Amino acid sequence: MTTIAGKEKMLTPEIEAFIEKWKGKPGNLIMVLHRVQEEFGYVPRDAAFEVAEALGIPVAKIYGVITFYHFFKLSKPGRNQIAVCMGTACYLNGGQDLIDECERILGVGLNTVTEDGEFSIEAVRCIGCCGLAPVLTLNGEVFGKVNTKQMRRIIQQFEGK
Amino acid sequence: MSMIKCEINGLPVSVPAGTTILDAAKGVGVTIPKLCYHNDLDAWAACGICVVKVEGSPKMLRACATAVGPGMKVVTHDPEVVEVRRTVLELILSTHPNDCLQCGRSGNCELQDLSADFGIRDIPFEKRAPEIPRDTSTPSIVLNPEKCVKCGRCVLVCQEMQNVYALEFIGRGDGTRLAPAADVTLEESPCIKCGQCSAHCPVGAIYEKDDTKAVWDSIKAEDKHVVVQIAPAVRVAIGEAFGYEPGEILTGKTYTALRRLGFDAIFDTNWAADLTIIEEGSEFVKRFAGDGPLPLITSCCPSWTDYMEKFAPDFIDNFSSAKSPQEMLGVMSKTYYAEKAGIDPATITMVSVMPCTSKKYEITRSDEMFASGYQDIDYSITTRELARMIKQAGIDFPALPDSECDSILGQYTGAGTIFGVTGGVMEAALRSAYYLITKEDLEQVEFEAVRGMEGVKTAEIDVKGTKVRIAVAHQMGNVQAVIDQVREARKKGEELPYHFIEVMACRGGCIGGGGQPHGATDEIRALRTRGIYTDDEKSKLRCSHHNPEIKRVYDEYLGEPLGQKAHELLHTAYTERPLYKK
Ligand code: SF4
Ligand code: SF4
Ligand code: SF4
Ligand code: FES
Ligand code: FES
Repeated sequence: MTTIAGKEKMLTPEIEAFIEKWKGKPGNLIMVLHRVQEEFGYVPRDAAFEVAEALGIPVAKIYGVITFYHFFKLSKPGRNQIAVCMGTACYLNGGQDLIDECERILGVGLNTVTEDGEFSIEAVRCIGCCGLAPVLTLNGEVFGKVNTKQMRRIIQQFEGK
Repeated sequence: MSMIKCEINGLPVSVPAGTTILDAAKGVGVTIPKLCYHNDLDAWAACGICVVKVEGSPKMLRACATAVGPGMKVVTHDPEVVEVRRTVLELILSTHPNDCLQCGRSGNCELQDLSADFGIRDIPFEKRAPEIPRDTSTPSIVLNPEKCVKCGRCVLVCQEMQNVYALEFIGRGDGTRLAPAADVTLEESPCIKCGQCSAHCPVGAIYEKDDTKAVWDSIKAEDKHVVVQIAPAVRVAIGEAFGYEPGEILTGKTYTALRRLGFDAIFDTNWAADLTIIEEGSEFVKRFAGDGPLPLITSCCPSWTDYMEKFAPDFIDNFSSAKSPQEMLGVMSKTYYAEKAGIDPATITMVSVMPCTSKKYEITRSDEMFASGYQDIDYSITTRELARMIKQAGIDFPALPDSECDSILGQYTGAGTIFGVTGGVMEAALRSAYYLITKEDLEQVEFEAVRGMEGVKTAEIDVKGTKVRIAVAHQMGNVQAVIDQVREARKKGEELPYHFIEVMACRGGCIGGGGQPHGATDEIRALRTRGIYTDDEKSKLRCSHHNPEIKRVYDEYLGEPLGQKAHELLHTAYTERPLYKK
């Protein structure tokens, strides 16, 4: 049985050893995917197929898990990651406007990466700073009470850095 | 088995332990509405429409997923319960497109029925029907996720019953959609085109690819000689679309209907099933005598051959190279029949009516499907599509007289007709193989051991002192155990567990095919199966090698079974395929 024809190997020997160690243990799939994402910053498609083969799990099940948990990413994030909070408080205070503005400035949509690989935008759930709504993070740094006018300046701070 | 006594709406009920409230209620004439639940599948308890009150329980319970307990007091219908169900339904409808009139399941949709029963007139919730493109990539079925009510049936069918894992729920919550994994189309996924997902979907979210327009066009075209064949399982199920009981044998009326639709020649796939048996039976006898690999495995189910090419390519040499009956009839029409009738094969359009969505895929699956020099079968439509064509033509099916099918590719034996059920191909092959090995006919042609709904049936058949070990599997997921057994024996170099294996992808065989009228359950499958066996019992000839039209085709045209001409026209080959095309 061949899952997919003619592909080069993607998983590193370390990840393969990790899979060997976890094979057959409960919860192994999440652990392995976690490890893969740690390595690549996301779960590349070819890696998902190799994990399927190594664990003897159907590819469909792997994607079921990856797409169920917000944590897992299926595409390579930008070098700078913008995460706009869409929790209730931020949503009510204009979270969507921030996303729209980001999309306008960067010229790409949600969950996509700019052509130069510099920025990506994603929507996340409440990050626990509701008092500062609307909130976004850029590479983990929190920006609160953001309005759309400030967006460009915030982004510029990270450009080329 | 221990019995549980309880009470449903004040009525005393006594049912075996483990019975669900849903089934227990049915026993006392109470219908609890359901949407996600299907008898073939474990309860997924996704929709919540089946809620009931149970005395002592603070919340309402889902009747499809709750077993009755001793002394349980259940209320299935009161104003409060009905109100909850109504709200569930309204919420589902608020995310469902409203274009029922253009939907393939209109008039035959479980959601529509519920909506009608509850008298839903308007929806108090904001309408948020998703826009998701259709997947029309396979020749067999269409996915229309916009109509999906997320009942989970198709995923359970594809994963648990069929063991294919082509479909999965992608995403979560509101954004969940059913799709193949890894951003591929269904055609690029492991899907084997069995259509069981479409047969189980309660709504119009998965349906057969409709080829009726092309068939109508051919019938209308003046310069076309349009030939049609009907498969064994069609005759015992088509009546369901016209109010008959499942299992009613309606061969004669179906021939008449086809003639009135305008087909120029009416043939029967059962004839070709007899032909398949002669080739496959001879192949078995040859291999059993030591010439060729064993076990021999039947190959008339294209979903099964697709599965094997993807999931078990180490069995390619074990497959019978004999084509399926559908394909044999196609090639014989465009060669032998064309020659005898003096018709230019280029002008023949060959249509087949099948219980099956996979047969739409089979007609172009490999170069051998063009053995006549043309595409041997031009269009393959399902039982459901034929029923629609008959209705569109204003034909009052029940009022039709019976008629005969046309000669020279029509007459069939009981062995041909039982191809439609699990075990049938094996039984038909054994009837003729016995003769080929011993030069004597069986006194009793029935092989009870291969009949019935057991997922895997095995037996040892005594052929005048020689033991032939056989296995029969149906419902794709059941085949894995048989494959593993053979692999294990191979690895250890042990005696093979079986000499001959039959596999059909659908539960119950083709009578339960993905293109049959909707609503199949084991009860309905049993009735259709009975219809098939009755057709066999009523037949004067019960063995393929007794079919005079088959004898004639070898005498006049093909020469010897497995001979050169037979090989060119009636055999095919298999190749390994990856699960995902990209
Ligand atoms: S046709 Fe069969 S294999 Fe394909 S998605 Fe449907 S159930 Fe799965
Ligand atoms: S496609 Fe049909 S069977 Fe599958 S989850 Fe949706 S409604 Fe249910
Ligand atoms: S069992 Fe019959 S109906 Fe089902 S896929 Fe196979 S050939 Fe088609
Ligand atoms: S809602 Fe945005 S931080 Fe809580
Ligand atoms: S039918 Fe019971 S929860 Fe859907």
